[in-house]
Amino acid sequence: MEYVVTTCELTRTFGSFTAVDRININIRPGEIYGFLGPNGSGKTTTMRMLCGLLEPTSGSGSVLGYDLARESEKIKQKIGYMSQKFSLYDDLTVYENLVFYAGMYSIPYHERKKRVAEMIEMAWLAGREKDLPANLSGGLKQRLALGCAIISRPSILFLDEPTSGVSPTSRRMFFKIIQKLANEGTTVMVTTHFMDEAERCHNIAFISGGRLIANDTPDNLKNNVIEGCMVEVDLPDAMERIEELESLPYVKECSIHGPLLHVLLDSEGNVAVFDRYTGVKAREITPSLEDVFISLAKLQRKQES
Amino acid sequence: MDKMNINNIIETESLTKVFGGLAAVNEVTLKIDRGDIFGLVGPDGAGKTTLLRMLCGLITPSRGRISRNSDSFGYMPQKFSLYGDLTIAENINFFGALYKIDSKTIRRRADEILEITGLAGFKSRFADDLSGGMKQKLALTCALLAKPALLVLDEPTYGVDPESRKEFWKILYQLNKEGVTIVVSTPYMDEAELCKTVALISRGIIMSTGDPGSLKKSFPYGILELKADARDLDFINDLPEVVDGDFYGDKYHVAVYEVEQAKAAIINLLAEKKVAIHHLRHIPPSMEDVFVAVTKEEVV
Amino acid sequence: MSRILAILQKEFLQMKRDRLTLGMVFMLPLVQLLLFGYAIQTEVKHISTVVFDQSMSIESRDLLDSFSSSGYFDITGTAKGYAEITKMIDSGKAKAGIIFPPDFAEKLRKGETAPVQVLVDASDSMVSNSAIAVANSIGLLKSQKIIMQKTGVQSLPYDIRVRPWYNPDGITAYYMVPAILGIIVTMTMVMMTSMGIVREREKGTLEQLMVTPVKSYELMIGKVIPYIALGYLQITVALLVGGVVFGVPIRGSILQLYLLTLFFITASLGIGIFISNIARNQMQAFQMSFFVFLPSIMLSGFMFPREAMPSIIQYIGNIFPLTFYLTIIRGIVLKGIGFPYLIPQVMSLLVFSVIMMTLSIIKFKKKIA
Repeated sequence: MEYVVTTCELTRTFGSFTAVDRININIRPGEIYGFLGPNGSGKTTTMRMLCGLLEPTSGSGSVLGYDLARESEKIKQKIGYMSQKFSLYDDLTVYENLVFYAGMYSIPYHERKKRVAEMIEMAWLAGREKDLPANLSGGLKQRLALGCAIISRPSILFLDEPTSGVSPTSRRMFFKIIQKLANEGTTVMVTTHFMDEAERCHNIAFISGGRLIANDTPDNLKNNVIEGCMVEVDLPDAMERIEELESLPYVKECSIHGPLLHVLLDSEGNVAVFDRYTGVKAREITPSLEDVFISLAKLQRKQES
Repeated sequence: MDKMNINNIIETESLTKVFGGLAAVNEVTLKIDRGDIFGLVGPDGAGKTTLLRMLCGLITPSRGRISRNSDSFGYMPQKFSLYGDLTIAENINFFGALYKIDSKTIRRRADEILEITGLAGFKSRFADDLSGGMKQKLALTCALLAKPALLVLDEPTYGVDPESRKEFWKILYQLNKEGVTIVVSTPYMDEAELCKTVALISRGIIMSTGDPGSLKKSFPYGILELKADARDLDFINDLPEVVDGDFYGDKYHVAVYEVEQAKAAIINLLAEKKVAIHHLRHIPPSMEDVFVAVTKEEVV
Repeated sequence: MSRILAILQKEFLQMKRDRLTLGMVFMLPLVQLLLFGYAIQTEVKHISTVVFDQSMSIESRDLLDSFSSSGYFDITGTAKGYAEITKMIDSGKAKAGIIFPPDFAEKLRKGETAPVQVLVDASDSMVSNSAIAVANSIGLLKSQKIIMQKTGVQSLPYDIRVRPWYNPDGITAYYMVPAILGIIVTMTMVMMTSMGIVREREKGTLEQLMVTPVKSYELMIGKVIPYIALGYLQITVALLVGGVVFGVPIRGSILQLYLLTLFFITASLGIGIFISNIARNQMQAFQMSFFVFLPSIMLSGFMFPREAMPSIIQYIGNIFPLTFYLTIIRGIVLKGIGFPYLIPQVMSLLVFSVIMMTLSIIKFKKKIA
């Protein structure tokens, strides 16, 4: 099987609103596939269709060779899904939550204990088995939810914004686990707002207004989307100088990244000119994914209006 | 706290709030300067909202003291708290009326703020039909109607796309320039870099306060950025020269005790393992590195 | 099967931890029984009555005695005129007034018809119905006596002997307690089931369940069995309290009572599950439950006799399972009849259950929207 997930013109409407508009994606086995885009752009809707939670309005798709529209129950036996809000039972303990999902996937009784123990180890939950989820930190809750989703050892894992709101330390730990799963052969599709997570995906789809507007590896996106020369410059009062810099004729875009400014110049030849203007030495850089997405979003808006 | 410094707009001393035996905010002592952009940075459940609500007088502290040196303040809660079935203009009129501002003044001020926030063209649109970023701007407009000297915002950019977040921060800077003191909470570490003063909060405790520059200077280790042809680089952590290493996007960030020694050790190790190095360079720590370092001891 | 067991285990764990709801499940039948059993008396006695006696004669006092010894009228005061009586009834101090004209005794002695006026506050129809009926029969009885004395007739031509079967002493509790069982089961099955499922939808756990291989029917059965158990527990508590506190006898077979109750439980569950399929949040589920619950109480014959309702309303009453169940349970408990007499009711519940469950299964497809 070349692709474990494919869609063809996949579309979903709610009333007169088109949430997902003729999307085509292909996901290879064992890759981490990042799904990016602003809130309300259709990420969750797409993911729900792939998990068999929503029926497509038109178009088709398959997951692991099973048809989305007709064989959604078969798909459900093979996948793991973690929804945006960690859907755990607040009144069941960590252990009981895991045992319950083990039951939902009909894991044989003699294996349940072992699987639950595995999940507890994976999620660093040892010693917290009897705690209620309410008493866990965001990071632990998130990893417990992951444990519930992968206790059946699915071959594809769908994660809908798994890391929003948890601490940076937990975020890193979580992505380490994801990476490990992928190395072991699990295909992972993940939506995220964090660019550093996007960088760690093998493939990225960027979706806006329900439409797929870019789909490539992070490196290709960074090298091919933006035309011009991106420099990074450290200026005092960076925030207040954006508009001034943007008004320069050879500056195409200017935005803040942490404490630094990323400035897109129309050509390499103007780096020296720009240095002279600011009085600070700017450093040529490969655009970050964030730069790519901001310019993609701008482009999209321009096309719409 | 005998007398409040006139330059401070908010001072707290040992501020504590306990919910059901658990200290959501624990012994927080803060001074916020007039004209500051004060960022409260930490993950969900760290106590940001509870602390901000106490600063606004919305909940009573269990212990400790708080003084606010400003009568007028605007508050923008975390959850979108406007009426989805009213239009932008209707929402604005309603909130203006709550502040007893006459309709002429409301209109004038609303026009000013809507101009800044770029919502001027959408006045008759229902709030429910706005995008996440636009909703936040509308909430901001309503919080600004009474021309507050102090603006308190609880995670205004949560879940908003990167571009809208940047735009929102531009607006905050513009307001700040016009003299508004801004207190803002955020879970995003890159936004911490944009604050004039940052307080890192975790589990109800302020772990560290200062301007981003000095916080980063206090970071005890050097950071090396490594880009190499390998999926898994965690073996680097076994080097004695290395404190901690982790992927950061497609690059690997390594915290080390001594930069040059560690560089040499890493180059050796990777050569041994036959991993090609794209680059290995010393970079300043990011706010995220700082946050991870100050909260390291905790179980996460 | 193992999945149903897993759901059951989870439901019982959750139920065990939700002490408040569990307490309510037991308190509800207790409190309702005690309240309804004691408080509801459809017959109104001790109506406070004022008298304006212009006759002040032996005859007027004799008739008054008959009124007060009936137990229905309590003579609480005398008035000095029409105006005063009107005022007392207006202000609610008295519910009835009796007025004797000045020539009352004189007319009686002459053998003429002696009018007595009884004013009744009919704003509360239950009160006025009793008062009017009793006042009329007192008048008739008294007249009868006088006529029999005058004519020397020894016995009356008709002798109608009424024998109230099933509940000879007319004890309201006998009638109410079995009906309250029906009310309690309706509440548990409709409200708790629908809210239990909608809560999972609200919390997002249902979404997580929907991506597991669990089948719709497994989920439904697993969610519903604990509530059936609860329902039976409640019925047992209620029957015990009914027997011990109110001495309600169970004349029919207890086994049949429990078996036939299952049909009612299934029908009510059907409503509960149906509601949970259309309600978006717990508030809506609660409101919709009430939308079923209130007419059930009003139209099923729990509160008001169905015989008194216009036939169209009686038909509407036939939509609610409680209507049939009341016939079943009152039949078994009070009349001691069994299944052969109750086939139409049981069949109606069965048809109702099948329709509801089919609708629910069609609607619930493990999809979000």
